[in-house]
Amino acid sequence: MSTHEQYYVPAQSKWPIIATLGLLISFYGLGTWFNDLSAERDASNGPLIFFIGSLFLAYMLFGWFGNVIKESSDGLYSPQMDRSFRWGMSWFIFSEVMFFAAFFGVLFYVRTWAGPWLGGEGDKGLANMLWPGFEYSWPMLNTPDPKLYPAPSGTISAWGLPLINTLLLVASSITLTFAHHALRKNHRTALTRWLALTVILGIAFLILQVEEYIYAYNELGLTLGSGIYGATFFMLTGFHGAHVTLGTVMLVIMLVRVMRGHFTPEQHFGFEAAAWYWHFVDVVWIGLFVFVYVI
Amino acid sequence: MSAVIDPGHVGHGHAGHDHHHGPAKGLMRWVLTTNHKDIGTMYLWFSFAMFLLGGSMAMVIRAELFQPGLQIVQPEFFNQMTTMHGLIMVFGAVMPAFVGLANWMIPLMIGAPDMALPRMNNFSFWLLPAAFGLLVSTLFMEGGGPNFGWTFYAPLSTTYGPESTTFFIFAVHLMGISSIMGAINVVATILNLRAPGMTLMKMPLFVWTWLITGFLLIAVMPVLAGCVTMMLMDIHFGTSFFSAAGGGDPVLFQHVFWFFGHPEVYIMILPAFGAVSAIIPAFARKPLFGYTSMVYATAAIAFLSFVVWAHHMFTVGIPLTGQLFFMYATMLIAVPTGVKVFNWASTMWRGSMTFETPMLFSVAFVILFTIGGFSGLMLAIAPADFQYHDTYFVVAHFHYVLVPGAIFGIFASAYYWLPKWTGHMYDETLGKLHFWMSFVGMNLAFFPMHFVGLAGMPRRIPDYNMMFANFNMVSSIGAFMFGATQLLFLFIVIKCIRGGKPAPAKPWDGAEGLEWSVPSPAPYHTFSTPPEVK
Repeated sequence: MSTHEQYYVPAQSKWPIIATLGLLISFYGLGTWFNDLSAERDASNGPLIFFIGSLFLAYMLFGWFGNVIKESSDGLYSPQMDRSFRWGMSWFIFSEVMFFAAFFGVLFYVRTWAGPWLGGEGDKGLANMLWPGFEYSWPMLNTPDPKLYPAPSGTISAWGLPLINTLLLVASSITLTFAHHALRKNHRTALTRWLALTVILGIAFLILQVEEYIYAYNELGLTLGSGIYGATFFMLTGFHGAHVTLGTVMLVIMLVRVMRGHFTPEQHFGFEAAAWYWHFVDVVWIGLFVFVYVI
Repeated sequence: MSAVIDPGHVGHGHAGHDHHHGPAKGLMRWVLTTNHKDIGTMYLWFSFAMFLLGGSMAMVIRAELFQPGLQIVQPEFFNQMTTMHGLIMVFGAVMPAFVGLANWMIPLMIGAPDMALPRMNNFSFWLLPAAFGLLVSTLFMEGGGPNFGWTFYAPLSTTYGPESTTFFIFAVHLMGISSIMGAINVVATILNLRAPGMTLMKMPLFVWTWLITGFLLIAVMPVLAGCVTMMLMDIHFGTSFFSAAGGGDPVLFQHVFWFFGHPEVYIMILPAFGAVSAIIPAFARKPLFGYTSMVYATAAIAFLSFVVWAHHMFTVGIPLTGQLFFMYATMLIAVPTGVKVFNWASTMWRGSMTFETPMLFSVAFVILFTIGGFSGLMLAIAPADFQYHDTYFVVAHFHYVLVPGAIFGIFASAYYWLPKWTGHMYDETLGKLHFWMSFVGMNLAFFPMHFVGLAGMPRRIPDYNMMFANFNMVSSIGAFMFGATQLLFLFIVIKCIRGGKPAPAKPWDGAEGLEWSVPSPAPYHTFSTPPEVK
């Protein structure tokens, strides 16, 4: 551990407090917006407040990351600093894993226990007396109370769009790895091309996902409100989609930085962090494909 | 040396001469700071402010329960008080206090120049005032604040919650983001910034317990985020996670919540274990009886904390197999906890002990926390829990682990390290008075709750049967005494900051650790050059 002597401790920074204000304002705006929507009030300040908060956040993200990139290119960072960033990113991804684990846990719980009990099976099958006509099946094409939660008429087949999407994401992980290899060998043109291809694959995934949602809502009546099947389906795929969007934004930023000549074969943690995130999102999708679509 | 670059002075500043510069002037020092000591101080003050706010709410609760019948507040408001008291104490008082201690002490203990990610550290702190500003503001919203208990069980919080629940959810998100970033920072600091020679098994136990606490936080705070997100979806977007009418399950809420909630209770106690494991050897003038076993016991407790959550739910109708599993798994926790208690006792055995305030709080911690542990064992017995569930026995149990556990651990740490923070000795006489008043007040407040609970008094209800009147009056008197005493603590701390006997670098002759190798008060920047640990 002989590298301690170069640890960089930044002095004051305005970005954290701007980030705090941005988050507070956006969350307050979202809350106001949601409450007004649910109470069916016509005029809502929510969207405007949310938008103002988002401006703070956007300003902060550019500024804070800009700061870090500048410090890095000024050579202020040491290998030890690099390890701090690596630990930070790894634990952040672990926290994301646990976030998804909560929703997967919900899915397993409903399918293994709550659903069958509602259908009258097992030693808690007494629950069936609430809705005696309810028969449990998965995918759930009927709900205990169809008036409150109208059931979907069908579900998405795994072997159509979802399969294509799986191939797209797996391919994108591979192209991203090619990009990384190119970066390490300092083949800048190949790096740019592979990275751009990865971004295109990510965007294609997102477009198909939107397509699938439109089909689910319009043709199948599969919505957030169509019972627990729709709820878990949209929660899991929705949050995954949000993460793919974030990952794509990260990769686009990396692409811009690559085109501006950032990163060296030795030092490119920004790129690696985005790549880690992308692979994580990919692995989550494999879990989704298996447990939400196939099984 | 570390390079400390001040953006305002980049022109002439470089590592050569400005690494000794002190804090910036004025308010902006605190708003913009990246210094672990500044941020630790802010965490500690924030936590104390929340302790007084949450404590005031407890005073309202105890005033209402002073006599049977409805005297002072309406039931609706009483419910908001119990809910906010719990939320503020858990997320606003106890957790930030430990993060504050971690910020101040971990870099000093492991010989690091600062936390690993100093700007994120500032972000983690400032999210808390934002989160609690938002949370407390719900009390003034139309329909009132959250009134469903700090555990916010669905459907009370989803179908029947007030409109302000939406803001409660976002406040929890802010707290969660803050905790996750704070924990990542602590873990990265411990794993990456230890001085040369400071191997993992040489780390002070406070550092070890925080490493494990950090892991728990990163593992379960996202689950809490998922939990409140599902609430938000159920409330506003028609999902049916917690509604059986759509195929969901209200009990599912409890599973998700307690998967977070049980590790959370260890998050609130493990750092106290670590602090007490430093303080008892210092005042018994003997090394800790079994360092390695303490490390393994902490890890074992953390592991077990993930597989015991349903002991909070024995009465909801989980299958028998589940009840048995969670009952035995819970009892298993008594083993590593016993290892710890025997360790502290054996450390004191034949030590040349003195009883300064930190030691008084630590000894009380060991005894009273053990009482809370025993009532926990009673609650772990599934068939017996059917009697205790949702009674004041549960309230007595968790206040015994949280007040003389977490809070006394924090007080012990504060007195132990105040000389290092302020450069002055605190007033020992007043400190002892604070201890004895807290000790008596807290036992008066919470011990009778065991009895009324066993006799069947339900929790979270503003009125009660006449037969509980005497014990409740005693509880209230004890609570008022405990509450008022904390103003004395405020006075002691302010007095210590403003003056007092100058503290030497190592004010406690039995104390060990790198933090005592720097002067008191600790300079603004310490260990810019890492020390060599033999």
